[in-house]
Amino acid sequence: MFGIGLLKGLSVTMRHFIESYLYDRKPWEPRYHEEWLRKRQSVEGKGLFTIQYPEQKRKISEHFRFLPMLVYDETPDKPRCTACGVCARVCPPQCIWIQRATDEKGRPQARPAGFWIDTTICMSCGFCAEFCPFDAIKMNQEHEIPTSDRDRDMFYSLEKLLVPVEYYAKLHPSDYAAEQQERQAKQEARKQEA
Amino acid sequence: MATDLGAIEAQLNQAFPGAVIDRDGDWLVIEASRLPTVAQYLRDEMGYDWLTHLSASDYPDRFEVVYNLYSSRPDQQGPGIPFKVRVPDKANPHVPSLTSIWKSADFQEREVWDMFGIRFDGHPNLKRILLWEGFAGHPLRKDWHEPYYEQEHKPFPSRWPHAQQPKPRSAEERVRWRANVQYPQGFDPDQWKPVPEIDVLPAAKIDLNGLETDQVYVNIGPQHPSTHGVLRMIVGLNGETVTSIYPVLGHLHRNHEKIGERNLWTGIIPYTDRLDYVCPMYNNFGYVVAVERLMGQEVPERAEYLRVIMGELTRVINHLLAIGFQFNELGAMFTPMIYAFTEREHVLDLFEEASGARMMVNYYRFGGVARDVSDDWLKRCRKVVDRLDRKIDEFDTMLSDNEIFIARARGVGAMSWQEMVNYGVTGPVLRSAGLKYDIRKVEPYSIYDTFDFEVPTFETGDIYDRYRQRMAEARESVKILRQALDRIPARGPIQAGKKPWNPKVPAGELYSRVEHPKGELGFYLVSDGGTNPYRYHVRSPSFVNLGALEAMSVGHLFADAIVILGSIDITLGEVDR
Repeated sequence: MFGIGLLKGLSVTMRHFIESYLYDRKPWEPRYHEEWLRKRQSVEGKGLFTIQYPEQKRKISEHFRFLPMLVYDETPDKPRCTACGVCARVCPPQCIWIQRATDEKGRPQARPAGFWIDTTICMSCGFCAEFCPFDAIKMNQEHEIPTSDRDRDMFYSLEKLLVPVEYYAKLHPSDYAAEQQERQAKQEARKQEA
Repeated sequence: MATDLGAIEAQLNQAFPGAVIDRDGDWLVIEASRLPTVAQYLRDEMGYDWLTHLSASDYPDRFEVVYNLYSSRPDQQGPGIPFKVRVPDKANPHVPSLTSIWKSADFQEREVWDMFGIRFDGHPNLKRILLWEGFAGHPLRKDWHEPYYEQEHKPFPSRWPHAQQPKPRSAEERVRWRANVQYPQGFDPDQWKPVPEIDVLPAAKIDLNGLETDQVYVNIGPQHPSTHGVLRMIVGLNGETVTSIYPVLGHLHRNHEKIGERNLWTGIIPYTDRLDYVCPMYNNFGYVVAVERLMGQEVPERAEYLRVIMGELTRVINHLLAIGFQFNELGAMFTPMIYAFTEREHVLDLFEEASGARMMVNYYRFGGVARDVSDDWLKRCRKVVDRLDRKIDEFDTMLSDNEIFIARARGVGAMSWQEMVNYGVTGPVLRSAGLKYDIRKVEPYSIYDTFDFEVPTFETGDIYDRYRQRMAEARESVKILRQALDRIPARGPIQAGKKPWNPKVPAGELYSRVEHPKGELGFYLVSDGGTNPYRYHVRSPSFVNLGALEAMSVGHLFADAIVILGSIDITLGEVDR
C-alpha cells in the first residue's frame, strides 16, 4: 500500500530522534558531560554523535601525525639529527632543507647547521619520521596552528622544530617504549660482543 | 596469468598479414594505419569488446599510444590484450581515433591530446579536456617544464647537504600572475581573448513543434551543491528535458601524473591518497599492487590481511556515502548522508589508529604496510564491522521501500550492460545492469581468491538498481571483513625484508588494475630501472564512467540528470587528477 515504505523509513529517523534525547542524557547532569561523550562516540553509541568543538575535544590517537619535529636528548645544541639527509631526499613535496655543519677546516660534521621545513608545503605523510635511521625526526601532533602571517610563522627553522625527548615520549608512548627496548637490546648485543 | 599473446598474434597475422609489426615485452605493436580495422576485428570477431585503458608515453625517439582490451565474455574475462601503436613523427604526431568503435576512447583520447599533443584523426571533438583551450604546451611531454623548475627528478640537490636558507615564498607569489606563470613566446596577456565556448555545443537553434527557437543552455557548476565537487556541466534543455550534457572538467587538475613521474617510487604513495579522497586506502592498494607486480615483490600474510581489511572497510563506507549523497540529490536533504557520515567516523577512527591519519592515510608500502595494528584494534574493528552490518540493515529499512524514491529512481538513467561496456563503465554501475564482472574474481590480486563472497548483480542498471547494487556489495564486503578478521594470523611480519626509502624497480612496462569501490582503478607504469617512474598514468574509474553521463541522461528531466550524476558516484579528485 502506498505510504508503508515511507512510514517504515520515518520510523527509523524517529527512533534516532528519540535516542538523541534519551540515550545518554540525565537531566540533572550538565549538558555536555565527559562520560556521555565517551559513551555516545563509542562503537555501541546510539545518541547524538557530534560534540561541541572547541569547548570539547576528542582524544586523538597516539599514532596521529601532523607536522615533523626534531628530537634532542639532553640539550638543544646536541640534536639527534646527524644531517644524513634521508628525510630531505624521501620527502615527496621536497619541503625539507638541510645545511650540514662544518668545523673550522670545512670538514663536514654529523649535525645540522640549518634545518628548515616549509609547513605550507608539508603534506603530513610521515615518511621523514618513518625512514629516519637515527629516530631523530618524529611527527608532532600539534595541529591547531592558525596564524596571521604564513611567511613568518609557517616556515619552521631549527629552533622551532627542536623538542626534548620527553615531549616525544609523552606524545607517542608506545613507539617510544619500543624504540628504547630496541636500543637496549642493541647495546646488550654490543656488550656481549666486546 | 597472462593471455596467450602468441596465439592472438598468430590469429591477427593470419587475418591481417603484417599488421602486428613487433612484440614489445607483453605488448603487441600494431601498425598505426591499420589500427581501426584490427580493433574492429578484435571487438567483433574475437570478443575483446572492452577498451578500458588508453594512454600514451613519450620516448626520446617516438610517442607510444597504449591500449588495454578486455572481454566481457564469461570464458575470456580475466587478462586482456595489451597493444600499442608507435608514432615516430614527434613534430606532428597523429593516430587514427577509435571513438567510432569504442565510446570509452572519447574522453581518454582527449586526455592524450591534452597531455601529449597527439592528434586522433576522426575524433569528433578533439578538444583539451583537463586544461583550458589556449594552454601553452602539452605538460606530460618530457621537454615541458613547470615554473620554478629545478630538476627532472626528485630529490632536488638544493635540499641537502648544502641547502641555503630558503626564502619563504608567499602564497600570493605562488599564485599571482608573476614569476610562476609561463607565457608562450610573443604572448601578450592584454590582447588575449578567451576561446568562445559556444562552438563546443551542438546547434544553437532547435525546432519545437514547428517553431524555430533558441536552444537553452543551463550551466551547472563549477560550484554547485549537487555536483559532488567542482564539476561544470553545460546542459542543453528542450523544455525540461535534457538534450545534451557537456561536462567541463579540470577545475581540480594538478597534473598528478607529472608529479608522479618526477617523484621517487615511494613518494607517490601519499599522492595517491588524494586521488579519490573518499577511498584513500584503495588508491594506495592499487598503486602498491602495480609496483609490486613490476618488482616481483612478495607480501607477508598478515600484511595481506591488513590490506584486505582496510580495503573492504573503505568499500563499505564508500557505498554508504554514495547512497547518502544520492539521497541528497533526490531532495532528502542530509538525513541519510549524515547517518552515513556517522558510520564513516567509526571507520576513520580505525584508520587514524592504524595509519596516523584519517583521510590521507599513506598506509601501504611495497611489500607490506606501514604499521602493525594491536589486538585491541582488531577487537574494535570487529565491533565496527558488526555495527556496519546493523547499519546497512537500517539503511535498507529506511530507504529501500520509500515510495518517493522508487518513483524517482525506477527506470531513470537505465542503460544496458552492452552499452556500458562500450562506454568503458566499470564497477557497481556496470554490475547493476547485469554483467557479472569483478576484478577481485576474474583477475584476483592480493588474497581475494581465498575469500568466499558473491558478486551481486541486478537487471536494469537504473538508479534504483545501482542503489540496491551498492547495498548488496557493502553486505558482501562485510562478509569478507568477517572472514579476514577470523583468519588473520595473530603475529607475523608486516613487511617483507627491509623497507627501503628508495627502491629500485626493474625496467618494465605494465598496466595493472584493481577493483576500486567505484570501478576499475588501473595504473600504467613504465620503469627504466631508475628511482623514478618513467611514465605513470592513472586510469581512474570516475573519469571514464563520467563519459557515459550524457548518454544516460539524455531524454530525462533536468532534475533527474543530477540524480544520475550522483548515481555514477564520481569523485572530482580522481576525475581531474
